[in-house]
Order: sequence, then C-alpha cells, then structure tokens
Amino acid sequence: MKAQSVAVIGVGQTAFRSRHDEKTYPELAQEAVVLALQDCKLQPEQIDAVVFSMAPTTFMGVADADKWAVDYAWARGKPFMRVHTGGATGGSALQAAYSHVACGQYGTVLVVGADRITETPDAQFVLNLIWDAFYEQDFALNTVTMTALATQRYMHKYGTTEAQYANVVVRARRNALNNPSAHLKGAIDIDAVLNSPRISWPYKLFDICPRSAGAAAVVVTTEALARERCTRPAFITGTSGVSNTVFMGDRMGPDAETDFADFSELKQAARECYRQAGITDLNRQVQAVEIYDPFSSFQFPQLESLGFCASGTAQRLSDEGAFDMDGSLAVNPSGGTLCTNPIGVTGLVRAAEAARQVMGRSAAMQVKDVHNVVATAIGGSTQFFTVTMLSDEPRRAAAAA
Amino acid sequence: MSKSQPTPAHHVVHGEWHVRYNYPVGEVGARFFDALKEKRIVATRCSASGITYLPPRAYCERSFAPCDGFVDAGSEGTIEAATVVSAAFDNLPAPPYAIAYVRLDGVSTAMVNFVRGMDLADVPAAAARLKPGTRVRVEFVDVPQGRITDFHYVLS
Repeated sequence: MKAQSVAVIGVGQTAFRSRHDEKTYPELAQEAVVLALQDCKLQPEQIDAVVFSMAPTTFMGVADADKWAVDYAWARGKPFMRVHTGGATGGSALQAAYSHVACGQYGTVLVVGADRITETPDAQFVLNLIWDAFYEQDFALNTVTMTALATQRYMHKYGTTEAQYANVVVRARRNALNNPSAHLKGAIDIDAVLNSPRISWPYKLFDICPRSAGAAAVVVTTEALARERCTRPAFITGTSGVSNTVFMGDRMGPDAETDFADFSELKQAARECYRQAGITDLNRQVQAVEIYDPFSSFQFPQLESLGFCASGTAQRLSDEGAFDMDGSLAVNPSGGTLCTNPIGVTGLVRAAEAARQVMGRSAAMQVKDVHNVVATAIGGSTQFFTVTMLSDEPRRAAAAA
Repeated sequence: MSKSQPTPAHHVVHGEWHVRYNYPVGEVGARFFDALKEKRIVATRCSASGITYLPPRAYCERSFAPCDGFVDAGSEGTIEAATVVSAAFDNLPAPPYAIAYVRLDGVSTAMVNFVRGMDLADVPAAAARLKPGTRVRVEFVDVPQGRITDFHYVLS
C-alpha cells in the first residue's frame, strides 16, 4: 500500500506543573486543543477525527476519562479513539493519527490528551497494578523500582557511575530553562543530584521525573493541506512501534532475545523508522532528539539502541558534552521527560517538541539547521517502544536522498 | 464551604475507590502454586524451543507452541538485576527492602522477589552485594500457602 505524506502543522501544550487546580481534567485537555488549533489557524469543524492520548485513568479516578473529554475536544459527531500504551501512549496515539491520514481515510486529525498524576497520592501504587497479579504485584514493583532494576543491570554491564547519571540531570534542568512549559528547571550541579535523598538504588530524588499535570495536542494533515497552512510543516517520515512481554525477567540472561538493560527493542523499532524515512547516515542526517527519559538512566541505552553511538559509549560522550545544545547531537532541548512527565501525553510532547524544532518554532530551545529529529516513547513494563521521525521534507524526497 | 464566601476554582472534592477482585489462577498457575505448598518451584518447558519459563507460561513465546513439560527449578540461582529501596511509596511496603530478578538454576528466565536477611542501612554497600552474577538461594516460609509470597531469596 502506498501511504500518502503526513505532516504536523500545529502543536499546543499547557504549562506543566504539579497541579492545575483552576481547571478540571477535560477543561485542561480543552486548553491544549484551543492552543493547537490556534497554532495552525484551524476551526474545530475542520478536524475530521480525534485520537485521545491517555494512559491509566486511575490517576484521575474517573474510569476511562477519555469519554469525559469527548465534547471538550470537540469530537462530537466525529470518529474518536483512545490509545493507551502506558508511557508510550503519546507515541502510539500519534502513530494512530498518522495512519488515519496516511491511508487516506481522514484528512486532518487531532491528537490530544491530558494527565494529572498528583490527583492521587497513590500514583506508584496505581503503577504497581500494571504487573501480573499472581507472580509480580507483591514485590513493590512500580515505575521507579522497575527502571532502577534495569539501571543497576546497565551500570554493571558498562561501568556507569552515579555522577554520569547526575550529569544528565544537570543538562536536562539547564535545557529546561529555555522551555516555558517545563515543570522542573534550573541551574544545578552534579553534587546537588548526588546529595538528593536516596530513593531506589542507584536513584536519588533528582534522578527521577516529577509527577506533572498538563495537556498537549497535535494536528496532523495531508501534504496538500500542510503546504497551504504552514510555511514549514514537520513531516512524519518514519513511525514504528515494538512491544515486548510484560515479564521483565524474560529479557535477562543468556537465553533472552533482548536485554532489559539496553532497551534493545529500540534497535528493531529504529531500523524500521529509519528505513521508512530513508535515513542512511544517522549522525549526519539527524540534528536533535526528543527521547523519553523519565529517569536519568534512560538516555544512554536509548541513544545506543537508536544507533547514535556504540553500546557503553554514551556515558563518555555525555561527559564530554556531545549531547549538549552545542554538541554533535542536541539531546532533549526541552529538558525532556526528566523535567516534565504528564504520563499520558509525555510521548506526544516529545513528538510535538521534535515537530517544533523542524518547523523552526522552538524559540530559545531551537537547534540550528534542523532537518530531521527523532522522538521516542516507552511504556508499560518498559515493554512498548515507539520511534517517530519528524522531517523538513516529505518521505518520498527523504527516502530518495 | 461557607455560604458567605464564593467557592474558589481550586476547591477540592474528595474521592476514593473501593474495588474488589477475584482472580482464578488458571491450569498452569494451579500446578505452580500447588508445588509451592510442597516447597518446590516448578517451571514450564517448551521442548520445541528449549526455553524454560518462570513465571510459568501456557505457551512458549518463542516457538508459539504449548509448553509441554513441567520441571523443578533449582533452589539456587543468579541475580540478573537488583535494587535497594530506601524511600516509602504510599500504599506499598515500608522501606528498606531489596528486590531482585533471579534466574534459578535450570531456568531460562528470571523471576522477581525480595532478597531478605541483608543489612540495608548503607544502600550503596548493600547494592554492591547484589550485583548481577551474585548467587542466591530460595528460602521458603515455614507454612506455605500456595502464594508467590511463600518464598524469597537470600544471599548464598
């Protein structure tokens, strides 16, 4: 099947912070819709379908809160679907919207979502419930302990130090100073991270993302409409997803096909994304990434599995400044997930920030001479992975280059 | 709220869920939990792929064939990943505790449980004793109930 070109023409995001007590959940989602429609100068009636980006609704205490948001997203009378792959939700939701347009069924599609992780004090208890009730729930697994386990394995494999992770946090908070929507930001040093309270080895408090509330929306459309509406649309030239078993223990040891420490599923997802986008010389063709990093340890295995550097080398490159704003690859100019994590839309925010880089609308966050930007999202039991390529040229040109 | 004062936008309404569930363990789980009552850990094995699974699985994810055998896992194993938790999460066990994925001898996959009997006061020191490759053994409670909590790991 020949897919038609699809582009992002508008993005909207609210400020992200612990609470948005001036609005209800669906009102918060609505704010992002308004901002995204303003960004591309479209009216609600010009949207043909709506994809709702929403992770566990238990945070909100309204079962499947997507239905609560239907009229607030102005989806009445239109096809509406909710997508949920945990932390990968935003990446998967955008993939669904892309498919809606690429196959020719709908012309212009809105992806929107909101999250409010502090609505309940029991967030990590809620996250514990994603595991098997018979064999795993009893052992205090949650997103912090799950990823701490992967990180301890990675550190053992490659000799990574706590200070090398702390340096990632310093860079993220510094980058976030340029992001008006970021939740955490500021000039901190490595010692501040190392001296923050211990949570779960090797994590200290500052190695961990905040629990954020906020909303984001993205408008995607056909190439023809994108050319009319936008001087510099961000084309979605590659979109891929790979899932894996919920059992993390299957991804360890000599018989495992993927390694929990390396997020090696991303190698497969990246290969497919780059094939679609016609990427043949990654480090030359891609100028920036917006990768899903709710913990300080998430950048190294992703940058390696995405193919930007060899396994075990990201930590040294990070120390040397290669991933700074003025380095060879700008990693998370927005400050990333480490500074802002509204789970159900975090993956969408990654893609939105990547799109804004391509569109030249990143203001103080802008990386120079951007042609291609990679966005990732990761969810569930570190088991759902999406890779999206945002480009300044549509796929047929990119693939021929 | 008092009638005389207008309600502010940030006024909070309290909510709480009370939800109960009843989960059947299934045929494979029944074999596993019955074995626990005898202080044994049984894994499922797929002869087509040669993979032995813990937690036990009905089908092999590699060959897509049904797992066609049950085998006893070793009572010792190797740590593949571990962490030491020193902060409290609401509604989860009180810290400190150590969690590890352990590949029991004769089994292809690792299974999570607590590592007990360790001094966890010094977190980096405790974490250093739980590095991947470290040997542990299974220790059962005195009277198993046929639950996954019937056993835990201890350093060998």
